Amino acid sequence: MPGPYKETDLTERVEAFLSDLKRGGSGTGPLRGSAETARETTALLRKITAQARWSSAGDLMEIIRKEGRRMTAAQPSETTVGNMVRRVLKIIREEYARSRGSSEEADQQESLHKLLTSGGLSEENFRHHFAPLKANVIEAINELLTELEGTTDNIAMQALEHIHSNEVIMTIGRSRTVEAFLKDAARKRKFHVIVAECAPFCQGHEMATSLSKAGIETTVIADAAIFAVMSRVNKVIIGTQTVLANGGLRAVNGTHTLALAAKHHSTPLIVCAPMFKLSPQFPNEEDTFHKFVSPHEVLPFTEGEILSKVNVHCPVFDYVPPELITLFISNIGGHAPSYIYRLMSELYHPEDHEL
Amino acid sequence: MIFFKEVILGFRYWVIASGWCFFRRNVNDRQDDIERAKTEGKELTKEEKQRLRKEKKQQKKNKEKKDEKASQGSEKEKKSGSLAAAAPQPPAKSTTVKTPSAVPAPAPVSVPSSLEAPAPVDKPSKTKAELKAERRARQEAERASKPGKKGEPGQQAASGKQKAPPSELQPVIKRLPEHIQVDNPDVLKKLAKKLERQQIPLRLDYGYKVSLFSHLHQYSRKAPLTQQLSIPSTVIHPAVVRLGLQYSQGIVAGSNARSVALLHAFKQVIRDYITPPNEELSRDLVNKLKPYISFLNQCRPLSASMGNAIKYVKKEISNISSQCKEEEAKSKLLNCIEWYIKEKIILAAKAIAESSIEKINNEDVILVYGCSSLVNHILFEAFEKGRKFRVIVVDSRPRLEGREALRRLVQRGISCTYVLISAVSYILPEVSKVFLGAHALLANGYVMSRVGTSQIALVARAFNVPVLVCCETYKFCERVQTDSFVSNELDDPDDLMVTRNGKTQLESWQEVPSLGLLNLVYDVTPPDFVDLVITELGMIPCTSVPVVLRVKNVDQ
Repeated sequence: MPGPYKETDLTERVEAFLSDLKRGGSGTGPLRGSAETARETTALLRKITAQARWSSAGDLMEIIRKEGRRMTAAQPSETTVGNMVRRVLKIIREEYARSRGSSEEADQQESLHKLLTSGGLSEENFRHHFAPLKANVIEAINELLTELEGTTDNIAMQALEHIHSNEVIMTIGRSRTVEAFLKDAARKRKFHVIVAECAPFCQGHEMATSLSKAGIETTVIADAAIFAVMSRVNKVIIGTQTVLANGGLRAVNGTHTLALAAKHHSTPLIVCAPMFKLSPQFPNEEDTFHKFVSPHEVLPFTEGEILSKVNVHCPVFDYVPPELITLFISNIGGHAPSYIYRLMSELYHPEDHEL
Repeated sequence: MIFFKEVILGFRYWVIASGWCFFRRNVNDRQDDIERAKTEGKELTKEEKQRLRKEKKQQKKNKEKKDEKASQGSEKEKKSGSLAAAAPQPPAKSTTVKTPSAVPAPAPVSVPSSLEAPAPVDKPSKTKAELKAERRARQEAERASKPGKKGEPGQQAASGKQKAPPSELQPVIKRLPEHIQVDNPDVLKKLAKKLERQQIPLRLDYGYKVSLFSHLHQYSRKAPLTQQLSIPSTVIHPAVVRLGLQYSQGIVAGSNARSVALLHAFKQVIRDYITPPNEELSRDLVNKLKPYISFLNQCRPLSASMGNAIKYVKKEISNISSQCKEEEAKSKLLNCIEWYIKEKIILAAKAIAESSIEKINNEDVILVYGCSSLVNHILFEAFEKGRKFRVIVVDSRPRLEGREALRRLVQRGISCTYVLISAVSYILPEVSKVFLGAHALLANGYVMSRVGTSQIALVARAFNVPVLVCCETYKFCERVQTDSFVSNELDDPDDLMVTRNGKTQLESWQEVPSLGLLNLVYDVTPPDFVDLVITELGMIPCTSVPVVLRVKNVDQ
């Protein structure tokens, strides 16, 4: 019978994905880019939609929510997984609403007017069965996948609008989005890039070698020299791990210092972040979502006798408040940090914020 | 017609060129003696030096005939007295720079070897003896009026560093130090000539320099200067050679350590010094020290504290009266140096520690950056006095000096935390105070310190954590600076390379033409980030540095 085999095959895929996530977050395995993770998550969700047994939209949403919870629990710092799950849930809601015939406006967030006039919350339990729902959902997920494929190119296309010639641009660590952005601009314009190496992982070195091979004048500096050279920098362009709902960032450590230095010199700070990095979390306390790696990156075991008497911290992320950010460049264009909450409401349904 | 003109021009140049070759051939056998003497490592005798001087003057004259450039501004005449045997220069154009040291001007150098006297270029019209006598007389007059005069005429007269002095304010006539003019080929040529005269090898720059810093030197640690010295080298005292090697390899680092090591080396030099016959100790010893200082400068650019120490030593030497016997003079000098170390460094540290202890309370969390001997001393003293606090040590690549501080603190039993500088915004909410050390305090209130200090001060200010800088007064410096570019030190760029998981990303950075590595050593912190400066004179705000300097100058 094809059914059980499909199911075991599916569960195998899910398990493999979960273990990949767990390993990838420790810093020892190959670091995956967020775009890859997003694509894999979406492909997996499509597979679940296609192969799992469900009869109504409500069932499907339950299944996806359950899988989504498992996936986010495997690697809480990898927020793109949760974001993709929420996107798919929103797709399901939309397709359901379209199948039912009601306009999409009805499913928008409830305004005070609607609350007063409709006389009570509308009961939506997604119990109806619609035959074409599966096909529609899969098609919509395919569209989402195509969008994901093109994010980096969409962002890179906007490069020439933001970089003029003879500029000095500063960046930190390694971001594939920023790399593509700068390489695209370098085809037509000549400028200089300063890369802060971002200890202890020193991903800035990789970024610098890759940029210099593309013919861009690159300089590598130590983290400690960020403020010292900031006075000669015209723009700071960075990538990020997550964009939070208030417009703040969760980015690689050292970014907060970079943002403060840029603010001090009134240098614009531009964040290149595709839409799948937008997460509906708010930063209630700065250190509630920190992630740490082994302190031997900072103080190696060769230091010997002092190790046991010393506390060593190696945080991976930094929180950057939205006041320090000038512009977000995403695959749908440029936005101010104050607009992010609006984008979020278009991407995710409020009931999905908690998986 | 054109052909004719070209022939004439060519002919003229040929004549001059051949005259030059002629002249060189005559001089060649004399040059051979000098070359031989140099390679044998013996110091050139005075006669040989004078001969060299004369030949160079002739060469310069021939060059001037060829050169159609009009001399600009007032011409400074370089008069060398019998004492300035190491620094002779032919009548210079205004673009030449005098024998520099990294000491920030104005330096009340007690060996005035140049005067600001625009004089005609027709030197040969006067005889040498007359000139010598004139020079001597002028120098005696100048020494008598020394307290009133400050500094030496800067060579870039066109750029007008002179100020019309008001009645009691000193004229600020600055001379640009050589080590920030690397992009000027004339300056480099002068330096090379000067080092050749002093028989010190010239250190070559290494690697691709970032364009923003093309005016600074960048050396490689793998090519120390001592490899180019011949053995035995009788020009440079072995204690100084060892010190230079320790500087360039980073064995002696930190401004206090470097100054103390320098003064100890000078003490050794003075102990081994024997006045040659017909020379005065006060003049000859200073001349002996000049090549040593150039050598140390080549090994690693002098720090502000070292510069002040050298100024003090030179002043003391020149104040030795000629009546003094040699043994007496030497012991007097040794005592002076001892006094300087004791008072300016050791006692100052004690005084600063006493005042800082008032600022350390129980349950404090103190953040320190890198390894500052003074800050470490303060923390040790506070711990001895029984204050309960814990320390967070922030460190940065590539020097990783914080590990040394961490070891010392842990040995004393102080509980410590250790992070890298990129994690400073994570750890700052826990911190109650930040203690920073300084390399120098500039006259406009900026603090020059290890690179990364300004960053820590910036983030501390953003989190409203007080920043205290601890600095002895002998590190106060007359220079002004607003950014970290114009005057800095570039360390070996290869230090930035790191091997992770067996791969070194930047291994072949030299082969990639558009890739540069920048390893800065110092940066400047603006005074609005610093809340308090603790010195042995008390706790002052950053902006009071020029007041302290003025008081010090009046005392001297």
